[in-house]
Amino acid sequence: MDTELKNKITIRDLKLWYGDFEALHGIDLDIYSGKVTAFIGPSGCGKSTFLRVLNRMNDRIPSCRVQGEVLLDGHNIYDAQIDVVQLRTHIGMVFQKPNPFPKSIYENIAYAPRIHGLVKDTQEMDELVENSLRKASIWDEVKDKLQQPGTALSGGQQQRLCIARTIAVQPDVILMDEPCSALDPIATAKIEELMDELKSDYTIVIVTHNMQQAARVSDYTAYFYLGDLIEHGDTHTIFTSPVNQKTEDYITGRFG
Amino acid sequence: MNKVKKTAPSTNFMSGTSNPRQKQRERADARFRWYGLAALGLAFAFLIFFFIDIIGQALPAFHQTEVKVTVNYAEAVKSNYNKAVEHKLRRVVSRAWLRTLPRYLAAHPDLVGTSRDEWVPADSRVDQYIKQHDGHGLKTKYQHIVDAMQKENRVRQVFNSGFFNSGDSKLPENAGILAAAVGSVFTLLLTMLVAVPIGVMTAIYLEEFAADNHLTRLIEVNINNLAAIPSILYGLLGLAIFINFMGVPRSSALAGGLTLALMTLPIIIIATRAALRSVPESIRDAAYGLGASSLQVVWHHVLPLAMPGILTGSIIGLAQAMGETAPLIIVGMMAYIPEPPTSILDATTVLPAQVYTWSTESLRGYGERTAAGILVLLTVLLSLNAIAVKLRNRAQQEW
Repeated sequence: MDTELKNKITIRDLKLWYGDFEALHGIDLDIYSGKVTAFIGPSGCGKSTFLRVLNRMNDRIPSCRVQGEVLLDGHNIYDAQIDVVQLRTHIGMVFQKPNPFPKSIYENIAYAPRIHGLVKDTQEMDELVENSLRKASIWDEVKDKLQQPGTALSGGQQQRLCIARTIAVQPDVILMDEPCSALDPIATAKIEELMDELKSDYTIVIVTHNMQQAARVSDYTAYFYLGDLIEHGDTHTIFTSPVNQKTEDYITGRFG
Repeated sequence: MNKVKKTAPSTNFMSGTSNPRQKQRERADARFRWYGLAALGLAFAFLIFFFIDIIGQALPAFHQTEVKVTVNYAEAVKSNYNKAVEHKLRRVVSRAWLRTLPRYLAAHPDLVGTSRDEWVPADSRVDQYIKQHDGHGLKTKYQHIVDAMQKENRVRQVFNSGFFNSGDSKLPENAGILAAAVGSVFTLLLTMLVAVPIGVMTAIYLEEFAADNHLTRLIEVNINNLAAIPSILYGLLGLAIFINFMGVPRSSALAGGLTLALMTLPIIIIATRAALRSVPESIRDAAYGLGASSLQVVWHHVLPLAMPGILTGSIIGLAQAMGETAPLIIVGMMAYIPEPPTSILDATTVLPAQVYTWSTESLRGYGERTAAGILVLLTVLLSLNAIAVKLRNRAQQEW
């Protein structure tokens, strides 16, 4: 099985500081192409921080400093020549709280393709909007109200709109930072279903607090604890026979 | 947990019997409501009193007394305008009108040598006497003349259009608000053109781009302090920088506008920063996550959402600048300016300064003009605030 796996993102000896505080202590991790990788771990273990390293959202925090390599298809995204704007079109992100723009549903999807010049005319844009919404399986719910504000949708619909918005820039990787933590179980089930459909086209990395969710949706799981990557491997293995005692304690609910 | 003793409530809340503590609580609630209501009532009473007083005083200024006299367009009037009317009427008609006669005659030579009855503006003392104001200052001799004229229907009151289309004058019947109003418009436009762009850009930079270090924090503290310092200090600053150093003509709308811009800047910066800060961080995350640049994030997402707050803050800052007098005293705008300015370099005055100038005059005619000036100023300020509310509502509906 391992022979088929292709590294989408390769992280080597990644350290991260907030000011003087070292939040990540030398992480080595491979994120495989076309798979769902879940980051789990107790609050404050650095999993969300690590996720934000992958599309350089941490650049916005002035005190944050990163050392090490993050290779996307072999290119270090922390190289000086890297254009962060371009990088983020390759690695999209979905946030914890659904955050559609306070604009129409159509405009929510069309915004990023427009600023990146991905489409030539209105017709192409219409198609792109429709495709993105279809891929995020929300098209049927919103096709008659594309001009209504995206903020008027329900929480689960908003989150799928945000996923559609991310898909619209045609990224390779989608990062999801606890995408279901603000949603009810039904909306959560829809998002999980969606992730399953999306993984054929995209590499997905998800941070979650919900152990069952990690077990359900992911192919690979990485367990973080206090800024260290404790264990990484096949989700089935991690959840049934973890190598590390800490991982087992966390997964079985003995702590965390 | 089980050890905690459960004390039964003294009164069953379902029983309907009154509980002394409940009565006490309800009384305290009611008292508190009454205090609030009383404060509101008092504030409202002050406001009503103020408006009734100002409007009551201002209304007579919108009427001007005219008298019907025989005007004698003799050749001699060209050199001595007093000869145009009977000797005893010289103090009854407006001297401001008499003075215009030589020029009028020069422009209309065909009138020379004729004489006819005409309605002409009355002297301000006559005006005040007709309006039955105390302290009109009209001598008894003239009172009799005016009384007699009134019996012959040679006295009337007309709408005082002169108040709106002439400038200041040393004769109250001739004094109008136009020069000050035009001056205010010039000054405020300059203040707006300078303070709004600089203020908004400063706020955007500080809020969205500047690093959070000691320098920015120092600037921040200073801006907050600047919003609270006495406005007259801005006048001194304006005098030092714009007039003494940059050589801007004193009393000009340019000097006044720039000085007021200095004063308005901190207000606009603070309001804009508050508006920017109220835009949720998640919107910025969303835009950055899609690969928008800093400029695009600010321009496409943050600024439109902050616009209502920015507009409101800017207009309120400008309204404050419009009512400001203290810094303008220092740059020489508290002056006697009879002609409306034609450029931003002309000597000019502004509405509140005009109101102040009139309020220091002793003639009774200026009193009602002071009130009328206040009324005009209030109308403009209220309109500005109404525009602010309107803009804010419209900007909010877009989302």
